[in-house]
Amino acid sequence: MPVAKNLRSIGRRVVSAVWRVGLATRFFLLTLAYSGTSFRRFHLTIKELFSTGVMSLIIIIVAGLFVGMVLGLQGYETLKRYGSESALGVMVALGLVRELGPVVAALLFASRAGSAMTAEIGLMKATEQITAMEMMAVNPIARIVAPRFWAGVISMPLLAAMFSAVGVFGGYFVGVIQIGVDEGSFWSQMQAAVDFREDILNGVIKSFVFGTVVTVIALFEGYDAPPTAEGVSGATTRTVVTSSLAILMLDFILTAIMFRGN
Amino acid sequence: MPSKSLVEIRDLNFAYDKRPVLEGINMDFPRGKLIAIMGLSGCGKTTLLRHIGGALKPTKGYVKVDGQIIHELDQSGLYAMRRKMGMLFQFGALFTDMSVYDNVAFQMREHTDLPEELIHDLVLMKLHAVGLRGTHSLMPSELSGGMARRVALARTVALDPMLIMYDEPFAGLDPISLTVVGDLIRRLNNALGATSVVVTHDVQESLKIVDYVYFMANGVIVAEGTPDEIRSSERDFVRQFVHGEMDGPVPFHYPGGDYRQDLALGV
Repeated sequence: MPVAKNLRSIGRRVVSAVWRVGLATRFFLLTLAYSGTSFRRFHLTIKELFSTGVMSLIIIIVAGLFVGMVLGLQGYETLKRYGSESALGVMVALGLVRELGPVVAALLFASRAGSAMTAEIGLMKATEQITAMEMMAVNPIARIVAPRFWAGVISMPLLAAMFSAVGVFGGYFVGVIQIGVDEGSFWSQMQAAVDFREDILNGVIKSFVFGTVVTVIALFEGYDAPPTAEGVSGATTRTVVTSSLAILMLDFILTAIMFRGN
Repeated sequence: MPSKSLVEIRDLNFAYDKRPVLEGINMDFPRGKLIAIMGLSGCGKTTLLRHIGGALKPTKGYVKVDGQIIHELDQSGLYAMRRKMGMLFQFGALFTDMSVYDNVAFQMREHTDLPEELIHDLVLMKLHAVGLRGTHSLMPSELSGGMARRVALARTVALDPMLIMYDEPFAGLDPISLTVVGDLIRRLNNALGATSVVVTHDVQESLKIVDYVYFMANGVIVAEGTPDEIRSSERDFVRQFVHGEMDGPVPFHYPGGDYRQDLALGV
């Protein structure tokens, strides 16, 4: 019976997806439990901060600049219709700090640093490095996973902040320098309208959540990857797809909780 | 008084799901000896090593190392036991994000409070023992297969283990590296006073260096003896294996249907 067969296959997929969520949660809790080493020997975390955070800076800065420039251009075109070009600074800053900064930076982080983490850990597993570490009586979750996790959690809000800051300059460059919006009103209206707690803090909370989720997905996929070439490549793809969808879904939920259409 | 054997394996059984992989294995590894476990790929050799290292739990029987039953240890007990063991993996399993020096220093830094100056000297001594002191600043990707295996060997003996396990140490090596690695295994065993177990299917190289051989097939021990006994054995399986004959108890053909029928020549 093809119908029964299809139903069975859907059922199996759902059950396996639920299992994976459970396993990922257990993995996350284990990572937290074995995080002591990451702080006691902070140089391990710093090394990972360099490869996840610092190495992602270029792509974050370039993308932030262009997104800010596009916002400046599009914002000016729209605001001009209502004669409120002076609010361009507000629009650029709010758009970046509340939404585009955390979301786009997290998407870029997932594809730049997340995929690298998955591939690295998947290959470590495929070449028996993780088993070797266990045989040397060293816990791989404490030694390999936890420092990478904290590096991801720490660097994500900083990268998002960098993205927004550079984006504001991109908007300033296009709006003020190229188009000629009044510089005073660009900055002063921005200063008046952007609230630290409502806007900036909420943006930081968002990027902190995204950083946690993306890093856990990337590390779990790598750690759970079948130890073959296809296994690692499949896991890398899953990291990018799952974390991108997770970022967008969580963004909606967090925005709904934080701003409630006020 | 410690028992004569460092490792005792008694009636060891293990099954993946319900498929038996090891059945009724009994082995003794006397202290200071170099033991080989030989057999075809998939006969359960590596599974046996994993039991000794505590990575798998037996379905029946036990592995006792230095008087302690491995699968009854809790995690801290198991980790304490593993610090006294070393394992060389098939392709070395060097940490690819660390230099040769850091690989060898890894366990010293993780498990001891030795000052960095002392670690420096120890690392260079271990690398010197495998003839690769000059490679300490290289990354694993810059080493040849044989060199990587020797660096991994230096890392394995970093903390002077009492039991050293080798998982296919000769796989994929050129003839010179093969002799070098074989000779190192023997010399390190003697120098450290350790007990070593080599899982391999390289008959000629291992018969040159080991003290005792166990032959495994389909999860059971089919023959055992000293290298001389093995070389002169008249048992079909051992003869086929030692001399690399194509046909014998291990058939050339994978079991299949009737050949004539498969070629549509049958009725």
